[in-house]
Formats: sequence, structure tokens, C-alpha cells
Amino acid sequence: MSNKNKFTHEKIETNNFLMIVLIFIVILFAGIVEIIPLYFQKNMLQPVKGLKPYKPLALIGRSIYVREGCYTCHSQMIRPFRAETLRYGHYSLAGEFVYDHPFQWGSKRTGPDLARVGKKYSNNWHQIHLTNPRDVVPESIMPAYPWLNDTPASDGSIQTKMKALKMIGVPYTEEEIQKSPEALINKSEMDALITYLQSLGIHVR
Amino acid sequence: MQIYTDNAVKNFSIMAVFWAVVGLLVGVIISSQLIWPELNLGLPWTSFGRLRPLHTNAVIFAFGGSTLFATSYYIVQRTCQTKLFAPGLANFTFWGWQLVILLAAITLPLGYTSGKEYAELEWPIDILITIIWVCYAIVFFGTISKRKVKHIYVANWFFGAFIIAVALLHVVNSAAIPAGFFKSYSIYAGVQDAMVQWWYGHNAVGFFLTAGFLGIMYYFVPKQANRPVYSYSLSIVHFWALIFTYMWAGPHHLHYTALPDWTQSLGMVFSIILLAPSWGGMINGIMTLSGAWDKLKTDPILRFMIVSLSFYGMSTFEGPMMAIKTVNALSHYTEWTIGHVHSGALGWVGMVSMGALYCLIPKLYGQKNMYSTKLIEIHFWMATIGIVFYIAALWIAGVMEGLMWREIDPFDGTLTYTFAESVKAKTPYYMARLFGGLLYFGGMLIMFWNVIKTIQNKKLIASKIPEIS
Repeated sequence: MSNKNKFTHEKIETNNFLMIVLIFIVILFAGIVEIIPLYFQKNMLQPVKGLKPYKPLALIGRSIYVREGCYTCHSQMIRPFRAETLRYGHYSLAGEFVYDHPFQWGSKRTGPDLARVGKKYSNNWHQIHLTNPRDVVPESIMPAYPWLNDTPASDGSIQTKMKALKMIGVPYTEEEIQKSPEALINKSEMDALITYLQSLGIHVR
Repeated sequence: MQIYTDNAVKNFSIMAVFWAVVGLLVGVIISSQLIWPELNLGLPWTSFGRLRPLHTNAVIFAFGGSTLFATSYYIVQRTCQTKLFAPGLANFTFWGWQLVILLAAITLPLGYTSGKEYAELEWPIDILITIIWVCYAIVFFGTISKRKVKHIYVANWFFGAFIIAVALLHVVNSAAIPAGFFKSYSIYAGVQDAMVQWWYGHNAVGFFLTAGFLGIMYYFVPKQANRPVYSYSLSIVHFWALIFTYMWAGPHHLHYTALPDWTQSLGMVFSIILLAPSWGGMINGIMTLSGAWDKLKTDPILRFMIVSLSFYGMSTFEGPMMAIKTVNALSHYTEWTIGHVHSGALGWVGMVSMGALYCLIPKLYGQKNMYSTKLIEIHFWMATIGIVFYIAALWIAGVMEGLMWREIDPFDGTLTYTFAESVKAKTPYYMARLFGGLLYFGGMLIMFWNVIKTIQNKKLIASKIPEIS
């Protein structure tokens, strides 16, 4: 069987500790090579011209977008193909997402891409559509979200949210955080979500 | 008399069957909602966007997870010929894991989510998962440490890699800053977040849904066929190649996105290479039956395992193909992806788990066989036919919508179809998918019944550890 001077797999499979260490080393490489350089590539970190962190109402809107799992059916990532740029607009750039914690690129288009949905439809259209999608798109299979109209946008968490984001590098000023609750007065979740959607992808045309 | 500690094994096995029923039911519900959108009944917590994460979490972590805990605790004892290390801790992992599932079932419909696919659970639950996972590692590797045989059996390499990799992936990907008890923000943003997420996401497939289940295969296929594993050298080569290569493949989920080209290309190359170690596992499993092929005629459990390996081979061929950028340009964002996932999930993971649980449950309850072999037979056919309907429907739907999205009128250069037209065209295929899903779900209900009848039959008996001379 094993030759004492030669390294064989028997050495590994008879040693629990060695097995654990080798497995750990083997699985470590890929993450190091694929993830870490992304923090040193300038165009991956630089916001596109005009892009600012989400305003308080849009930030609440984004929380609603995440909460309702919109990403399970809508992508926010336009690929550089003719058919796609015709349908959705300029292909997406890394710099458009630098304030997106977490990213919401999605992986499935049960509904259309939303990366540049901002300012494409009126607020009124969005409100009708979100209240009952089939009123404006008869073929739609999207769930209706009528309750967003009746729920206030403010649940008292906006400052906590902005402070948390500031801690991980989103450049909110103290003043912006201080004043943020004012922006939510008399606003519904519907207003917040529409404000978020109207802000998507408007800095690149 | 020395006996194995099978308490946690027994509990996890029963709950695996139960969670499969629940997870598949949620799948059936949400696939119906894609045909009849009013089926959320106007309630926020039953809308598609909230139930879809519940479905994926229930089938992957509740059903898949419970199966993996059960089988790994069972296999590590038998192949090390010793009791579990720290059985109290093993019981803790059982109750802890059930608590995680329960919390998921409550928080996800309420809309508490981190918004990252397959890692939706919020930070307090993530911390609980981490604690349980560390205990799992202690029990598993502790048991290997006190083994009575010299060699660590191949199934345990795969379980070991699965436990270590999932710990690493979970901790790195779930790193977040809390904003209150039910909300957190990923510490990564944009491109970096996408890369970390799919490094995690693809290896949730590679380690949770592949390496762990290969561990199951390496024990139960030889056991059920009563044949030795086909090739020892193949198992060594494909093990190390598989765990190394899988880790690189994540970027194929991000082809043509804002992720840099070099990362996409790396992901594509490694995804194609991945075909080799994947098929290494399939060949090693299927060839284990050499000289015992006739058993397929009489043993439906073995048939579950072999068909599952065939689906494994098929989806690990389809995967690398879809990872080629030009193919991905068509398939990405379409139903084809969903079909691909389910040929792996229903075909490979589901069927190998069912086979293993059918082996395991009668043994744990001191019986030779399940209550009814006939019902296993029926389950087998319902599951197999169900999968075929499911994936064929979504292949057609996916390729069709991919082609519709890219169709440009040659005369005026405009898009031929609106998005809504592509949605409408999919309805018949959604129906066929639902039919396939219902068959698969029905088969699972039969299994649930069969399991209940089996455990009602007799009392638990403990199994003895063989003496080593």
C-alpha cells in the first residue's frame, strides 16, 4: 500500500486535522481572487456623475422594494445588447450602484427590468399600477399592492437607517440625518416606493 | 453494549419529510400565483415576493438541511464505527435548526428580509445559524476524531467540505450592519455586493446542495446496491477538483452585468471546467451499480438514487453550457434558469434525499422495510414524470421568451414584442409546470403517509456498534 517516503492521499484521509486545513485552503482561493480586486478598481467604486445617496423618502421606498421581494421578479441591470438598450435604455454602469446596500440587480425577469424606470411613467401611472397592475397592463401577473396607499411611510426608523448606512460608507451628513423625518410627514408607503422607482437610473441616459 | 446515538438522526429524518411537504406546497402556491395573480387573496404576507423566499428557504434549508443533518450524523457514526461526539450538542443542533426554520416561516411572510437571494434571513437569525453551525462542526469533526477505523470514509470528506464551506460563505455574505432588530444593510454595495452574493449563492448550490448530497450518495448507493464504490482514485480526484472549482463559478450569474469582464471570464472558464469533477461524481455513483443492474428492476429505492444521479449528470451538463456567455445572453433572466435549478433540485437533491430517507427511516425504527414498497414505487413515478413536465415546460417557456425579448423588426429596427406579450405567451407553460409540480408534491404526500405508517408500526430500537477485533 503506502510508501513511507512518498506522499499519498492516505496521509490526508487518515488525519482529521490535515483534512480540515486542506479543505479550508482549497476553498479560499477563489473568493480572494474574485472579490478583493473589486475594491481596488476605480470605476467600480466611483459614483456616476450626479448620483447622490438616496433621499429619505426614496430610502424608505427602497426598504419597501426589498421588503416586498420585488427583486424576485424584476431585475435592475441592463445588459449591453441592442434589444435590451432599445427596450430599457443605456446599459447599466457599476458607478450607478455604489450606494446600493444591498444590490438589487435580481436574477429573473418575470416582470420587466427596472434599472431605468425612473421618470419613464408618471407618478399617477405608478400609483394606479401598484394599486392594481391589471388596470393599466391587462396581461400583467404582478400582485396588487393596494395597502401601500394606507400605510404611512414613517415608522420612526429613518434616522436609524441613515446612521447605519453612514457607518458603512454612505456619505450622509449629520444635517441630512437630523432633518430626515420632515421629508416623511404625510407621506404614504406608496409615495415612498414611487419616489424610489422614479429615482432609478436617471443619471445615465 | 455500545449503541449509536440516533436521536438527532431520527428527529431530523422525520422533520425532513415534513418540511419537504411544506416547502413543495409553498412552491405549488407561488407557481399558481404566476397564473392567477389574485391568489394572494389580497394579503401582503401571501404575495409572491414574500412567499418565494419562503419557498426557497423551506426546500433548501429546512428540507435539504434536515436531510443533511440526519444523514451526516447517521453516516459519520457508521463509517467511524463510534457514537456521536457530544450527543447533547447534536440534539441542540436539531432544536436550534427547527427554531431557525420556524423563525424563517414567520419573518419572511412578514417582509423581514435582507434582500439577498438565498440569504434573506435577517441578522439575529443569521447569528443563530452561525452558532448552530459551529456546534454541528464540533459534533461532526469530533466524531471523526474518535473514529475506530484508520481511514476517513469518502462520504465524510464531502460532508466535511460542505460544513466548512457553508460556514465561510454564510459568515462572509451575511456581514451586515443592523438598523434595528429586523433590518440590516449588507456591508458591501453594488458590484462588490453582487460578487459576494453570487460567490455565496453559487456555492450554496455547490456545497449545500451538491457536496453534502454527494456525501449521502457515497454512503447509500453502495449500501443499497451492496457493491463497493466504483473507483477510489476517481473519488479523490473529483473531490478536490470539485471543491476547488466550484468556488470560482459564481460570476456566471453576473454575465454581461456591470461586473468587470475579467471576473465574468474567470467565472465562465471555471464553470466549464466544473463539468469534469461533477461528472466524476456521477460516474462513480452510477458505475457502483456494475454487476448489480438487475436490482433496479426490483428496488425502487435504488431507482430513486440512480435517476437522481442521472438528473445530476444532466443538470451539471446544462449548467456549464448556460455559463457560456453567448448561451447565457439568451437564458439569463428567463424561465430556463428556473427549469435548470429544478432539474437539480427536484431531480438530484430531492430524489437522492428521498432514496436515502426511505433507506434510513425503517432502519431507525427497527424494521426491515418501509410500510409499503408499492407506495415507494408510485412515488417514484409521480416524482419522475412530474420533473419531466416541470423542466420541459420551463425550457420551452424560457427559450421562447428569451427569443421574444431579443426579436427586432428587420425593416424598422424596433422591438417586435412588448414585454407583456412575452408574459401572456407563457401561460400554457406555466400550467404545464404547475401540473408537474403538483405531481411531485403529490408524490411527497404519499411518502409522508408511508413514513407515518412505518413509524407507527413498531417501537424504536437502538442499533449496535460492531465490535472491532
